[in-house]
Amino acid sequence: MRRMSANFLVCVLAVAIGCKKEQQGGGNVGAADTAIKIGEVGSMTGTEATFGTSSHNGIQLATDEVNAAGGIKGKQIQVIALDDQGKPEEAATAATRLISSERVAALLGEVASTRSLFMAPKAQAAKTPMVSPSSTNEKVTQVGDYIFRACFIDPFQGYVMAKFATDTLKLKTAAILRDVRNDYSVGLAKVFNENFTKLGGKIVDSQSYSSGDVDFKAQLTNIKAAKPQALYVPGYYTDVGLIARQAREVGLTVPMLGGDGWDSEKLYEIGGAALEGSYFSNHYSVDDPSPRIQEFVARFKKAYGGQVPDSLAAQAYDAAGMLYDAMKRAKDLTGPSIREALAQTKDYKGVTGDITMDEHRNATKPAVVLKVGKGGKYEFSGRIQPEGAKEAGPGEPPREPKKTEGNTAPNPAPGTTPTPTQAPAPGATNSAQAAANTGQRQGVPAGEHSKK
Amino acid sequence: MIDLLQHLVHGVSLGAIYALIALGYTMVYGVLQLINFAHGDVFMLGAMMGWYASSRWTQEAAHPTWFGAIAVTLVSMAICGTTGFLIERFGYRPLRGSPKLNSLITAIGFSFLLEYGGQFVFGPNPRAFGALPVSPSDQFRVLGVSISYIDLICVGVSVGLMIVLNRIIFHSRIGTAMRAVSWNPPVAALMGVNIDKVISFTFVLGSVLAAVAGILFASAYRKVEPLMGLMPGLKAFVSAVLGGIGNVQGAMLGGLILGLAEQLVSSYVSSQWKDAIAFAILILILLVKPSGLLGKGTAEKV
Repeated sequence: MRRMSANFLVCVLAVAIGCKKEQQGGGNVGAADTAIKIGEVGSMTGTEATFGTSSHNGIQLATDEVNAAGGIKGKQIQVIALDDQGKPEEAATAATRLISSERVAALLGEVASTRSLFMAPKAQAAKTPMVSPSSTNEKVTQVGDYIFRACFIDPFQGYVMAKFATDTLKLKTAAILRDVRNDYSVGLAKVFNENFTKLGGKIVDSQSYSSGDVDFKAQLTNIKAAKPQALYVPGYYTDVGLIARQAREVGLTVPMLGGDGWDSEKLYEIGGAALEGSYFSNHYSVDDPSPRIQEFVARFKKAYGGQVPDSLAAQAYDAAGMLYDAMKRAKDLTGPSIREALAQTKDYKGVTGDITMDEHRNATKPAVVLKVGKGGKYEFSGRIQPEGAKEAGPGEPPREPKKTEGNTAPNPAPGTTPTPTQAPAPGATNSAQAAANTGQRQGVPAGEHSKK
Repeated sequence: MIDLLQHLVHGVSLGAIYALIALGYTMVYGVLQLINFAHGDVFMLGAMMGWYASSRWTQEAAHPTWFGAIAVTLVSMAICGTTGFLIERFGYRPLRGSPKLNSLITAIGFSFLLEYGGQFVFGPNPRAFGALPVSPSDQFRVLGVSISYIDLICVGVSVGLMIVLNRIIFHSRIGTAMRAVSWNPPVAALMGVNIDKVISFTFVLGSVLAAVAGILFASAYRKVEPLMGLMPGLKAFVSAVLGGIGNVQGAMLGGLILGLAEQLVSSYVSSQWKDAIAFAILILILLVKPSGLLGKGTAEKV
């Protein structure tokens, strides 16, 4: 009996360890020595697992497409993906491992700024170019000249929401609830605060929580007493869902505003109707009618069984695409050459917009604002362009100061922006659930992704 | 003033759940002097099984009823009770003669096994839980303070189970045996107490309580994920120590103090200091009264 129990334990342990094993990407790539290795670090498991798995799908699609078109300089690309379980230390370890034992040409990752900040020093020290698909915290690319990103930075998202709140929603007061354990959340909150005040609004209360908390009633009760017209919660979807529910429970009914950390199909599953009428800034919208986006959505769905790409998938696709584009232009595949080519990226036609690297290695591109509608549908509510050379540092080529472009009204006028209810994304799968979710982010449970 | 009352209500309901988890810690410690770190993860398993029972195996969550909710809770209790039994039987019993440290490390190992095994088996994504026919937004108001029915259920069930537990421990044969084993295992064995049975029973009872706590917690906070047992487990452990580990009423009291301290600190000081201050209170109380609030100073055995 005891022997049996020991065997049982060994089995369970083996299974448990097996699940943490690295995921070999790259599809059917041939022998490793003829392939160019690219390292990917992501949270395939943990509370932000959908971030990692979505990004992985985007990167994989970009890689498969480049490989199918003949690869780079005659070589195929092999993506080696490591799971960091959503832990910063693991991200650093994974980066080190990819650099020193796998000798990757470049690194893709991480989604979360906190983890990118742990990876970046490793990449910088080894002169391995690193492209983060969606870490929006300013500090990430400040680590060194080998660190790039394919997304805009926090100041921009905070600015976008402040601008949207004052110009479109005509709000005068707002409260902030930020996640103090998350650089991303703190960064967005800070810039929202500055810009909202600058644009004539008033922040009536500022509270905080720690990611993973489940009880927010104390903070929300205080916020309610301050009577704001909106609540800015630049957190991640799991916490935001719970916050939305509890806000309604304590009687705080104002709309909530947030950033791209909201973007997950789990948001609505957890928060439910409490989220309806809230807005968040994001990198792209599947409902955007531009052909570039619709073609990408179609390819992605084809590759992943009808799954609609969320913005993390789209950004990861762009990050990988931008990296491969630079590698094609680079004179050879050493770190310094790839870095050089990446830094010169100009008007790269990504699905999330035209990407130009500024001199701080941050992507300059527009943002969209989405509204959480009935049943969790995301409605495209406007596009906000970057404002001048703001906060990006001195010397950046001045971009003309732009007003909110397109339609910024909560109810889009016909002809400019489609609402998802009228125009379901093309090619939606037939399954009832997919139909119900059209316009909302879809995904399969992360556990299933990781076996891909 | 109304705000203060509102914070107190939230604190009591949070504290009641801590207390319910703490009961399991305190009982196992009382009998075995073992801190069962896997307890917080059995709590997670309880919530997770509740999710499966209500959303996967049946359609209970789509149309929750009281009968269905009780059935779901019973299923979850049965699974957790079995798990508790297996953990003790195959994990702790073989180590019973060895130093306490070995069992402690095994407990930590089981905790990780359940957490990461859980991530593998259930997937790491959080799920929405809704097995009870009331949701946290169903509330009534008293003097301007809103109280949700789930808060009431949490407090009611916790107090009820504490009373039941007290009766089991002090007014039943198995309870007498538990106290005997706690006092002196070899002598209890000489008196004809089947030690293995008593210890197994203790684990099953603790795990069943954890399952109930898991369901209540998931109903109040609507979220189930494999790592959800980590913080509540730790805080329940603190509650148990605070109240005097090994003491059932102490666990209850400790849970309430911790829940209230957390809510009041986040309301009136800063939520960033919430855990720091809550744990500082623990240190203070233990400095003044090392055996915990209701712990007996003479509990030290020779």
